[in-house]
Amino acid sequence: MKILAKTGNEAMAYAMKQINPDVVAAYPITPATEVVQIFSNYVADGEVDTEFVAVESEHSALSACCGASAAGARVMTSTASQGLALMHEILYIAAGNHLPIVIALVNRSLSAPINIHCDHSDTMGSREAGWMQLYCANSQEAYDSIPIALKIAEACGVPAIVSTDAFIISHCMDRLEVLEDDEVQKFIGEYNPKYFALDLENPKTYGPLDLQDYFFEHKRSQIDAFSKVLSTYNKVAKEYEKLSGRYYPAVEEYKTDGADVAIFTAGSTADTAKEVVDELREQGRKVGLVRMRMWRPLPVEEIKAALGKFKAVAVMDRSDTMADFGGPVFLETRGILYDLDKKPIITDYVYGLGGRNVEIADIVRVYDEISEIAKTGKVKKLVTYLGVRGEE
Amino acid sequence: MQQYFEVRWHGRGGQGAKTAALLFGEAAMETGKYIQAFPEYGPERTGAPVKSFNRLSDGPIRVHTQVINPDVVVVLDASLLECLDVTEGIKEGGTLLINTQESVNELKKKLAKTEGYKLAIVDASKIAMELLKRDVPNTVMLGAMVKVTGALDWDSALASIEEKLNSKFRGRKEIIEGNIKAIKRAYDEVKVA
Repeated sequence: MKILAKTGNEAMAYAMKQINPDVVAAYPITPATEVVQIFSNYVADGEVDTEFVAVESEHSALSACCGASAAGARVMTSTASQGLALMHEILYIAAGNHLPIVIALVNRSLSAPINIHCDHSDTMGSREAGWMQLYCANSQEAYDSIPIALKIAEACGVPAIVSTDAFIISHCMDRLEVLEDDEVQKFIGEYNPKYFALDLENPKTYGPLDLQDYFFEHKRSQIDAFSKVLSTYNKVAKEYEKLSGRYYPAVEEYKTDGADVAIFTAGSTADTAKEVVDELREQGRKVGLVRMRMWRPLPVEEIKAALGKFKAVAVMDRSDTMADFGGPVFLETRGILYDLDKKPIITDYVYGLGGRNVEIADIVRVYDEISEIAKTGKVKKLVTYLGVRGEE
Repeated sequence: MQQYFEVRWHGRGGQGAKTAALLFGEAAMETGKYIQAFPEYGPERTGAPVKSFNRLSDGPIRVHTQVINPDVVVVLDASLLECLDVTEGIKEGGTLLINTQESVNELKKKLAKTEGYKLAIVDASKIAMELLKRDVPNTVMLGAMVKVTGALDWDSALASIEEKLNSKFRGRKEIIEGNIKAIKRAYDEVKVA
């Protein structure tokens, strides 16, 4: 084990280097972060064997990735924000063709107004595209998640996005424990796709017209492939634990034993909230934290089991659905808990849009308010926009 | 809550406030600490006020918020005292370290708050001009920083900085030796008021 000082961007690029993908096609200009730029240095220095394809847009980047992946290559790219938005059309094409491409993504807000700081609007806007989504709390997890995601993607024929918070993680230098290159290679194994377009013995067609007669069955089979992702994830995460000593459950519970209330959130804020939980626990408060790491596919039973036991839950959403009904994590979590006979009262806090700093005091406030809800059973406000000027 | 040692660096775009935070972070990591080093991103223009930060700890760092109450504030450019309050949020008993040619009394007239913390000064620009022939005070200030805060072991910090400079300047001996000399001089010359 080696210890390095690396930013989140460097950590993800380093993981890509150790994977040594066959093809990386990318458009390495803002709103993308430095991930691709750093990776392209590895290419220039001959540290990887990757065919690096510089294209003229993110739409083309993912299109080139699809072509390479369909041809049987191991393929990765990186983007953020508008870049992912411009890839949107092709996200569905990758997923619909079962192409296990991995995107190392940095979560940045979507314009307008122009802003390149952290929120989760970009990936949340792509949650129906058929990509596995893992949200990371820190650089270490971002590094670890890239080989994990690649292995699951290739095993299930499902593309994957590994994301981390812009600037807060992507540009913050942190202590990083890395594996040896050959350990990573052994973990991911050789990529031998079951089907690929350049298989001359068994030629295949990718992306043909598929009308009323079979489109639905093919979509159903795509959903079916997705249904195997979680069980594969659980296996692969355990394997990775054996290798690294670090285990990341799809849904992480932190000090939830005996807790009356919990925050349910994702990304770096979940890490910060652990510190708040520690402090409040020291004061004798019955609070816990549940972290959403995997968001696609939805770990329904895990979320039910984790959140069902509380009197009150506050979701902290780093994006909004523009439904005038809170953020996506809130809405879907309410749906998941609906079946429970005894369910927690659940409220939403939309926070941190466009990189607005979330302070320890903000998280304490959320715990204070849900503790009050747990006590009185009364909800004053279903959706709160935390830390916005002019709002309580 | 876990105890953190937090630093805020003030500089002007181009003076290397970000590099200083990164170098300090890496040096701290090599002494066995857990570290964070991050700049505040905004419009990055040469000469515009910029900030960067460090957070150090003996255990894993889980807090990912901005640094609000730093233990140490380092000012790379004393002209910043005219346009912003560098003492903002400084921890009770903390340290304010300024690169300046002015006296403590003159400086105090420009500071919004003069009590409750330790004021330290060093003329890092002069040292940089003499030894590096350019006004690049960032690495120089690291020497003063290590001295006044006592946050790191001096020898291992120096070894780490030297190694980083070596890889950054790919063996350009003059620059590396000049920097190390300058860092040592700032260590010796820094004065606590």
